[in-house]
Amino acid sequence: MAIHRDHELHGRRFGRNLGLGLVLGAFVALIFGLTVVKISHLKEGKLPQAEATQ
Amino acid sequence: MSDLSAIDHGQEAGFGDYVQLLKPRVMSLVVFTAMVGLIVAPVPVHPFVAFTAILFIALGGGASGALNMWYDADIDRVMRRTASRPIPAGRISEGEALGLGLALSVLSCLMLGLASNWFAGAFLGFTIFFYVVVYTMWLKRSTPQNIVIGGAAGAFPPMIGWAVATGGVAPESLLMFALIFMWTPPHFWALALFMKDDYSKAGVPMLTVTHGRAATRKHILVYTILLAPVAVALSLTSIGGPVTLVAAIVLNALFIAGAVRIARREETAAEADHYKAEKAFFRFSLAYLFLHFGALLVETSLAPFGLGGW
Repeated sequence: MAIHRDHELHGRRFGRNLGLGLVLGAFVALIFGLTVVKISHLKEGKLPQAEATQ
Repeated sequence: MSDLSAIDHGQEAGFGDYVQLLKPRVMSLVVFTAMVGLIVAPVPVHPFVAFTAILFIALGGGASGALNMWYDADIDRVMRRTASRPIPAGRISEGEALGLGLALSVLSCLMLGLASNWFAGAFLGFTIFFYVVVYTMWLKRSTPQNIVIGGAAGAFPPMIGWAVATGGVAPESLLMFALIFMWTPPHFWALALFMKDDYSKAGVPMLTVTHGRAATRKHILVYTILLAPVAVALSLTSIGGPVTLVAAIVLNALFIAGAVRIARREETAAEADHYKAEKAFFRFSLAYLFLHFGALLVETSLAPFGLGGW
């Protein structure tokens, strides 16, 4: 079997790596989004109380 | 087999093979029912949190699918329908599936717990345990009632969705569970009647093999009749309403009519028309579940206009 620079196997492997990369990127974005939502909720919940104690 | 065979073209797994390991078709049902459970719950959830929660419930379902494929690889190799799955086809090793399944199980439960609440996270963990250990490992190969009890695993997602919003369990979420739980046996047995997989060769006791096809037809009818009161009861709860009640009455009347037709059929007649009635019943069972949960969604979405609900 001749050795080609880009065997079909490389394409498969690249697809797999690309897929995993995108999944990890999406995961990071998800955690970031979740953090923003949770922190802004925390602020909304705590502010009136903080104002009341002043 | 030389080491070269491991890197032979065609044997290397692509990204799609890992996706296939997570049983995406089963996942779609999980996503839909969990989403309905979450939306109809009386406590509002931030849309992004809801999206994240459903994503991780789906991932948990996918993880249990991977663990199921890991454990059942020996069965899958024997049966024609499953022989092309990634493990029997040799694209993914059993150890890899086990590792992926375990890692995604832990990740999905932790993330669901962090995104919503720990009760929901633990509930997802229990569901994965139930599907993988109770159903796949204990019951599937030992009793023809495997479908009945295993169906519980598929019925938990709306309860998890509800738990994401409320942090607990309520009669409404239990009835959503009961609806899927009672629906699963007739749905699967109808499939078993016309798929004719070689379960006996694979060592899986299927009702069609252990008790015969005539008995399976009767079982379908009994479960379909028992399902009707559950559907009506669900439509009378706080998440139900006129739309759900009408849907429940119509859908269950049609479902029971289909089950009666199946119960009355002789095997020879069924074989003669290539299991037409059984296939129609199976297709309708999918619409049945979709429309039932769809009706619950309609009730909730009508609420802002003063319509829907009781």
